[in-house]
Amino acid sequence: MSYSLGQKQLDGIEDILKKELIDVGVQCVFLIDMAGNIIADLHEGEVVHDIYSLAALAAGNFGAVSAMAKIIGEDEFSLLFHKGKKENIHFSKVSQEFLLITIFGNLISLGFLRLKVTEVIDKIKHIL
Amino acid sequence: MAFINQKKKEVQVKIVYYGPGRGGKTTNLEYIHRKFSERIKAEMVTIKTQGDRTLFFDFLPFNIGKIKGYDIKIQLYTVPGQVKYNATRALVLRGVDGIVFVADAMVVRKDKNISALDNLQENLNMFNTDIYKIPLVMQYNKMDLAKQGIPLLSYNTLEESLNCKFKAPAFKASALKGINVVQTMKKIIHMTLISLQKEFK
Ligand SMILES: Nc1nc2c(ncn2[C@@H]2O[C@H](COP(=O)(O)OP(=O)(O)OP(=O)(O)O)[C@@H](O)[C@H]2O)c(=O)[nH]1
Ligand SMILES: [Mg+2]
Repeated sequence: MSYSLGQKQLDGIEDILKKELIDVGVQCVFLIDMAGNIIADLHEGEVVHDIYSLAALAAGNFGAVSAMAKIIGEDEFSLLFHKGKKENIHFSKVSQEFLLITIFGNLISLGFLRLKVTEVIDKIKHIL
Repeated sequence: MAFINQKKKEVQVKIVYYGPGRGGKTTNLEYIHRKFSERIKAEMVTIKTQGDRTLFFDFLPFNIGKIKGYDIKIQLYTVPGQVKYNATRALVLRGVDGIVFVADAMVVRKDKNISALDNLQENLNMFNTDIYKIPLVMQYNKMDLAKQGIPLLSYNTLEESLNCKFKAPAFKASALKGINVVQTMKKIIHMTLISLQKEFK
């Protein structure tokens, strides 16, 4: 089984991610599917992370957390966020199949980021 | 489920090494990583216990170059083979495109192989994937142990107990010594790409 996205759709997605997230100071954002494939990735400046490994781990992590939610009788946990000293990482479900991951520094507040991510997901959903 | 990026002209393919605990799945990926260290720049990601057993998965990205103008990115995964880790094992199968079943050729592991294969079928069913339709390669591992006088299942016995329904390509291998490790990988990549191509037409 496979699926494919064309130039137009991907341009549309990248455009949204750039304008709404990278341009407001998010360091790195990527859209992945639950199998761990990378659909789109954007970075402020050069690529500094091993994004393929990150995607594999993020998909696994999200799957594990969702499975835990089910066991304790929750549909899902709405906030998936890890805070570091300098960098933070935030996961957000776009749909059953897709996940949006952002990496950002301490200059951006979590509240603002969540607001932006919600907007982005609304827009991306129409394209996917 | 492979992802085809028309913009970057790139295909991402997921191949999973499945099989009983201690069968040699991680050893396969470690060998591939060493063997192709020139081409695989990334570190292998492993989530394991202190005793070196896989806890969640191993992950190794492998770029095999271009086919028909598309960059082919193969993502190799292993699952944890221990029975108790079924929840995480199933998660790794999500979106799988091709499977290598690593069986342990030691006589004492005969039943473990069979139950791991049954478990694969069950877990694939959860994702509505038919084990008879997905590209599958069998690897009968640890053949090197014969030299040490450890009783091993014969190729025919292994074929009979594991592969008579599937008739999948099968390799006698030693992941530790690197025998037929690359051949196994090449075979599953080849079969998976053919199956993707067919579907895409
Ligand atoms: N003699 C021999 N030993 C092997 C071979 N392949 C793996 N081993 C050994 O078997 C043990 C288990 O190998 P792993 O690769 O960790 O097995 P695994 O299938 O990943 O096991 P889990 O992570 O628990 O599912 C290790 O001590 C390996 O060195 C082989 O071909 N020959
Ligand atoms: Mg392992």
